[in-house]
Amino acid sequence: MSFEQLLFYLFSGVLLLSGISMVTVRNPVYAALSLIVCFFTSAAIWVTLEAEFLGIVLVLVYVGAVMVLFLFVIMMLDINHNHLKEGFIKYLPVGLLVALVIAVEMILVLNGGGFDGEKYMQGQRHGADYSNTKALGEVLYKQYLYPFEIAAVILLVAIIAAITLTLRRRPNSKSQNIDQQVRVKREDRVRLVKMEAEK
Amino acid sequence: METVYLAIPLAPLFGAIIAGLFGKQIGRNLSHWVTTGSVALAFLLSLFVFKHITLDGGAVYNGAVYTWAVVDNVKMEIGFLIDNLTILMMLVVTFVSLMVHIYTIGYMHDDPGYQRFFSYISLFTFAMLMLVMSNNFLQLFFGWEAVGLVSYLLIGFWYEKDTAVYANMKAFIVNRIGDLGFLLGIAIILIYTSSLDYTVAFEKFEVHKMNLPGIFPLTVGPLTALDGVDALDLALVLLFIGAMGKSAQVPLHVWLPDSMEGPTPISALIHAATMVTAGIFMVARMSPLYELSDIALNVILTVGATTAFFMGLVGIVQNDIKRVIAYSTLSQLGYMTVALGASAYSAAVFHLMTHAFFKALLFLAAGSVIIAMHHEQDMRKMGGLRRYMPITYWTALIGSLALIGFPGFSGFFSKDLIIEAVHKSELVMADYAYVMVVLGVFVTAFYTFRMFFMVFHGDERMDDHTLAHLRESPKVVTTPLILLAIPSVLAGFLIDPVALGDFFNQVLLPVKEGFREVTTIMVDGSKHAAIPELRESYHGIPGFILHGFLSPAVWLAAAGAALAWYTYMKNDEVADWFYDHFGWLHKVLSEKYYLDAFNQKVLANGALYLGNSLWALGDKLLIDGLFVGGTVKVVKRGAALISRLQTGYLYHYAFSMVLGVTLMVAWILFVYSS
Amino acid sequence: MIGLSHYLVVAAILFAISIAGMFLNRKNMLVLLMCIELMLLAVNLNFIAFSHYMDDMAGQIFVFFILTVAAAEAAIGLAILVVLFRSRRTINVQELNGLKG
Repeated sequence: MSFEQLLFYLFSGVLLLSGISMVTVRNPVYAALSLIVCFFTSAAIWVTLEAEFLGIVLVLVYVGAVMVLFLFVIMMLDINHNHLKEGFIKYLPVGLLVALVIAVEMILVLNGGGFDGEKYMQGQRHGADYSNTKALGEVLYKQYLYPFEIAAVILLVAIIAAITLTLRRRPNSKSQNIDQQVRVKREDRVRLVKMEAEK
Repeated sequence: METVYLAIPLAPLFGAIIAGLFGKQIGRNLSHWVTTGSVALAFLLSLFVFKHITLDGGAVYNGAVYTWAVVDNVKMEIGFLIDNLTILMMLVVTFVSLMVHIYTIGYMHDDPGYQRFFSYISLFTFAMLMLVMSNNFLQLFFGWEAVGLVSYLLIGFWYEKDTAVYANMKAFIVNRIGDLGFLLGIAIILIYTSSLDYTVAFEKFEVHKMNLPGIFPLTVGPLTALDGVDALDLALVLLFIGAMGKSAQVPLHVWLPDSMEGPTPISALIHAATMVTAGIFMVARMSPLYELSDIALNVILTVGATTAFFMGLVGIVQNDIKRVIAYSTLSQLGYMTVALGASAYSAAVFHLMTHAFFKALLFLAAGSVIIAMHHEQDMRKMGGLRRYMPITYWTALIGSLALIGFPGFSGFFSKDLIIEAVHKSELVMADYAYVMVVLGVFVTAFYTFRMFFMVFHGDERMDDHTLAHLRESPKVVTTPLILLAIPSVLAGFLIDPVALGDFFNQVLLPVKEGFREVTTIMVDGSKHAAIPELRESYHGIPGFILHGFLSPAVWLAAAGAALAWYTYMKNDEVADWFYDHFGWLHKVLSEKYYLDAFNQKVLANGALYLGNSLWALGDKLLIDGLFVGGTVKVVKRGAALISRLQTGYLYHYAFSMVLGVTLMVAWILFVYSS
Repeated sequence: MIGLSHYLVVAAILFAISIAGMFLNRKNMLVLLMCIELMLLAVNLNFIAFSHYMDDMAGQIFVFFILTVAAAEAAIGLAILVVLFRSRRTINVQELNGLKG
């Protein structure tokens, strides 16, 4: 068994195991952590497939940002997670059956699809001077410039949408209104009154 | 010249649009100035065209100014055919219209719909000009329908009045019946000639009739269902049915007396002088075709003669002044139709012209009387108006004399010519027609002078209030009367050029091999010799008048007038004796031969019954109940059933998606493995 | 040798696991969202594998966009979750049947 194969089986095994653990554990925090392990291992697999840039992005963005967001939410919401796991055993046979059928079907498709030819046994290996990031950038910023811009807009919209959805105005909270403070004029604050002097 | 031709109909249209859309903004005065001015312009331009073509012998214009659409090589165009027939009609239409415009300023003075009225009559002038100037059937049909529309609008001008609304509906529906025939006639011509152009139709049918080789005979062809029927006969009779509707011939005449619900100026303009003569004009215009079909001519002769006599009889028992004139119009239109049937097209058009003048005059005089009587139209409440309204009296007398055909007046020449032409005609129905038109003269004289004496002579039978306010109408009303009285007297002297001369012999299509020359009004002298014979025996106007005294018509007219004088001026007992002994006849005439009752009871109620049955069976039961209601029920029940699938739980939807994916993949596997 | 089909099989199993997860955790919306992330990961793995073995950069570009959209989706999904919890005091999917016809 070559080193390459060893790495593949190792990472794949970890990936699948942590996937299984993600869907079975009771505590959602553990589930999230299992998912993080999934991301790590698949990032490693991607790197072995010479997709270094995307592997790193997966770790940075998903593990660093998205999963942290998940954990935040889990902690923020005061939920009794126990009763959410009810009926787990009841649905286990159905879930396993469906998953099995799907997996078998897909594997059948793959085997019948002719992906085991000579060409698909050995991927294109590049030399040490090859930069995956550069190659990706070449394509992304030339051929896919407009989709790229649209993706940026989608992200912006997502940011704004997430903020507006969760923004909570608290009418009773007290805060400074700086622009009104700056705009204030003398007339608003001081009133000069003429009156007879007291005798 | 094309610009001039185009400007003639467009000027009144312009006036109509201005007065119609901006009447409120520009006010009453400017409205009548714009419309009257535009019609005056059209009249002056018509005079210019008259000078250019008729007097200076300019070329006949026949051309398209605008191509609207071309479908399957059939051109739909706006085009003009300007020859003497058209010019005559243009002059009559614009002149009478101008007179009516001026008259309306006085007559409608206090009406709230003043601008609307002017807009309508200008629009009518436009439509009528489009009709008469057309060189193709499409534009003819457009004008035909447009004048019908304006007629509808004007009969119902006082739309608060129930009778007016009823009358305009009636006019519209009866005209639809005629128009259906008209449209079918045009369709047959289009089928056989593949063209809407007049001259093409003339040429092709001429060639058909000459039985040249290589042309399919008219008895076969597209209309195979009517095997054995000559398509041309059929087309011409259908076209004439259209003319029957528009020119109010029996039995499609029922709308015209009711149309008197409209204001008097339009009774003069539309329902006496111009629009109702459109049918006459159309048949005259199609004379090269009608000459080819004796069947159609016989039909025309019969219908016209029946109308001329029997409608005149009804006029005798009417008491509404406008209705008397309306029945007189029917009768006179019958005369014109008879002339058409006798192939005396020029005489018909000649009578059309003189009738336009003296009938418009009579109507406007009646309107003048109605103004003075405070919109009272019942002649039994009039009398003795001679002393209060001298101008109206004298002009009405001129109109009446012209109408009964007093020697020397315009009506004499035209009517006598028609009677002579019928006399000379050799068609099967000519004898019947001759008897009818000769007796018609007596009837005409009787009802005309009955009306005249009842209105202008005898005792004043109106109430004191009206009597105290009796006075002559304003100048704006009397001026058109005087202006119309002049041609009512003098137009007859045009008999030489117009009716018997070469006026209508302008060549539309030159001679070709096996093909006669087609002229504006064409008479096949070998078969229908009336007019050529009359032309030969004609020796100047004095001779014609003298000859008139030898014919029964003048004496019958005199007898009619004398009987009217005796009955209504001298001896009241005559009328009473008549009522006592011929009450049934009076009843039949008052009920207009029960035609209205028949239409109402049988046709209208029958249609109503049919409609109700279809509504109950087709609409309510089948469409509403089965299709609409049934569909609703099926959808409702089905939806109730299907909505149970919508549990609202996300995982159920997710499960169905997964299931779908599973099945799809299974299907793909199945397909690609086998 | 490790061929393309190896990776595809791994991805297929991963996909099946996440589907099973959706059935097992049918009540907890948070875990459902995570399952979706896992599914997308499986799909991405397919794309990367194809990209490598067919030497075509388009696969990686696709993964790039999927990552972007998935991130946006996760953000909005979580925001909706938070709002939902605020108004209903629960994230139990079984209690959410507003779509019922």
